[in-house]
Amino acid sequence: METFAALGGGFAVALQPHNLALAFIGCIVGTAIGVLPGIGPLNAIALLLPFCLALRLPPESALILLAAVYYGSGYGGRITAILLNMPGEPSAVLTTLDGHPLAKQGRGGAALAITGIGSFIGATLSVIAMTFLSVPLARVAVAFSPADYVALIAFALSLLGAVGGVSAPKAWAAGCLGIMLALIGIDSGTGVERFTMGSFELLGGIDFTILAIGLFAIGEILLLIETRLRAQAEALHGGQRLTFSEVVFCIPAMLRASSIGFVIGVLPGAGASVASALSYTTEKRLNESNGKFGQGDLRGVAAPETADNAAQIGNMVPMLSLGIPGSGTTAVLLGALLMYNITPGPLLFEQRPEVAWGLIASMYIGNCMLLLLNLPLVGIFARLLTVPPWVLYPGVLALSFAGVFAVSNSAFDLLLAVAFGVMGWLFRKMEIPLVPIILGFVLGRMLEDNLRRALSLSGGEVSALVASPVSIILWVMTLAAVVWPFLRKRHG
Amino acid sequence: MNRRALLAASALVPAFAQAQGFTPQNPECIAPAAPGGGFDLTCRLTTRVMQEQNIVPVPIRTQNMPGGIGAVAINHINAQRPRDPNVIVAFSTGSWLNMAQGRFGRFAENDVRWIGAIGADYGVIAVKADSPFRTLADLVAAFRANVAGVPVGSSGAVGSQDWTKIALVARAAGQDPRRMRYVPFEGGGAAMAALLGGHIQVFPGDASEVGGQLDAGAIRLLAVMSAERLPGRFANIPTAKEQGVDVEWPIVRGFYGPPQMPDAAYNYWVDAIRRLQAHPTWPEQRNAQGLFEFNMVGEPFAALARQRVGEYRQLARDVGMVQVAQ
Repeated sequence: METFAALGGGFAVALQPHNLALAFIGCIVGTAIGVLPGIGPLNAIALLLPFCLALRLPPESALILLAAVYYGSGYGGRITAILLNMPGEPSAVLTTLDGHPLAKQGRGGAALAITGIGSFIGATLSVIAMTFLSVPLARVAVAFSPADYVALIAFALSLLGAVGGVSAPKAWAAGCLGIMLALIGIDSGTGVERFTMGSFELLGGIDFTILAIGLFAIGEILLLIETRLRAQAEALHGGQRLTFSEVVFCIPAMLRASSIGFVIGVLPGAGASVASALSYTTEKRLNESNGKFGQGDLRGVAAPETADNAAQIGNMVPMLSLGIPGSGTTAVLLGALLMYNITPGPLLFEQRPEVAWGLIASMYIGNCMLLLLNLPLVGIFARLLTVPPWVLYPGVLALSFAGVFAVSNSAFDLLLAVAFGVMGWLFRKMEIPLVPIILGFVLGRMLEDNLRRALSLSGGEVSALVASPVSIILWVMTLAAVVWPFLRKRHG
Repeated sequence: MNRRALLAASALVPAFAQAQGFTPQNPECIAPAAPGGGFDLTCRLTTRVMQEQNIVPVPIRTQNMPGGIGAVAINHINAQRPRDPNVIVAFSTGSWLNMAQGRFGRFAENDVRWIGAIGADYGVIAVKADSPFRTLADLVAAFRANVAGVPVGSSGAVGSQDWTKIALVARAAGQDPRRMRYVPFEGGGAAMAALLGGHIQVFPGDASEVGGQLDAGAIRLLAVMSAERLPGRFANIPTAKEQGVDVEWPIVRGFYGPPQMPDAAYNYWVDAIRRLQAHPTWPEQRNAQGLFEFNMVGEPFAALARQRVGEYRQLARDVGMVQVAQ
């Protein structure tokens, strides 16, 4: 009951006209940020924050705006992923697997609609879970040890073979390449430079955005140039609109993805990419007999997008209830609080209920706005494909380069993106899947960091990796995921 | 270093710094990191106040230049605009450490013009509220008994600021810091989570990032690493020095200019920082950045910067952390 009263107070804050307006602006900016490859919510929030201070917005209003940009970006990343095969956000990489085939079959609009609905369901269920379970969940999340993370990431990696299309060995090779790319830069354990070849630009490692833009956006455009835009001749519209029965058909996948996304999101440091990868592979494995994953299965776009949004909201649980950021973006949101002289921490809900509950209430409202914004706009988004390619692709390329350059101001990064673009183009021709490279890159870094943390905590004792029940369960699942395809092959 | 002595020293800077012969044109503040970090705040918030209070009459553009934790920026300044009067670069104590460890290539403390500090955060040694360590002496005793027996975690690699803080304590306990059981995390937040989750026992963090947990009684601070006690919620926390461990860790933030910045421009920027520090609205703005008062500009500040980099270089040699022989 207490929670309902507090939430009511939050709605009283969030429903004030200026806060509604700010949430709306945040949703629009967020969606736009999500669409643009290269510019992520982190940069957008960091750039908006000084404006909030300059406009003397009260802290709850500033947080409502900035958070809306954050979760709004989860709606935008899918659009270019589906229509152009170029993910706008890291977590939308998985959406390309089925989203682009759907678009090629003329069902881009349907894919956009189902992912809009999925994003809404994932986010809203997460906000509900957050409303009632925030504090106990955050306590459990900090108990998750580095050894447990190792097991979780190993499990996610073991599913790499499932995202690689036809050839599992190629998928594994691509995943390993991703892991190798992640090793470049200053080693966090010892401060030693690895594989930087004396380059200052590589000291900090390769930025995810550069890799993703290179492999997907630039690589895709190079391929299109080579094939003389033959792909454009295929029917890109005219496919059937999303039907109600299809939505119902996807609901179980969305519910599973919501819970996976939320749980992964609550863990500080796991993130939306892990969540969308896990939920995609879960659906693929569960529906092996009746699915056409990889060739345009609606569940294959609904699951990762639902999980992505659920994880984003989950990420705010440790931020609000413990004052601990779960990701780079939530760290900036926490920094925003500090700038208002509000100390984020376990006492936030008591000391500044209008901020904490106002934000939570605004997320209910913001997600409804996003759904209402996104569904009618599906038709307009899909029109993107009617733009003549000689306008569309140079435009995308310019935006991608602008995104890379705006973040780092480095010509080196542009060259690096082009190099990855050439790599992406060659790999496409050789049918080496790109998604495992991205996953290997993201997960490899996390795996190494956590493995070394776990081992230095245990003093090099390897048995510490299987010391907790959680880690044992995850390792068993990992083993099953690796062995299962072989067993199935033998029986089939 | 006594803070009051620093203040006195900065007050002695002659008045010729009231530079008249220079007006900035399209000035720029380089934040050697992506948007959202400490360098970014130093640029964006400070320059905003400077413009709002008419200390600098024109807007100062913030340019992010991440790469090599500041190495790209110092290379850019030295290679492409060594004489540019219209550019200032944000730095922190972390930049001093990187110079000391040779991470900025051939560029170090003598390859920039140190303009001034805008404030400082301070290191703290945090443990969980139910930790057996009640004072810094308890931790020092545990380090003496077995330096590898206490899991310590923080953001940053071995050799980074957070590592150096606790390394100084380990060294004060007569131990080799390299033998510590040190675990790096992605940022202070993740390290705090590991402390609360019981995975590490000691978190050498910054005062500005532990306030919430301290207020909630979730953690205990064994010491603040400042010369004198810090104000506000930290007033009851003894300094390391009070407890017989002679270590300090101010995280100074401020600006440097290009190596051959003309004197007129240098004096202009020094004066701008001094007027900023004297402005009545500044303390509030500075607190918003998580910084305590640390007012020092011009030559005395440059001397401090060189002295600190020298000390850190010695420390890095002592513990085998130097990358490139200087």
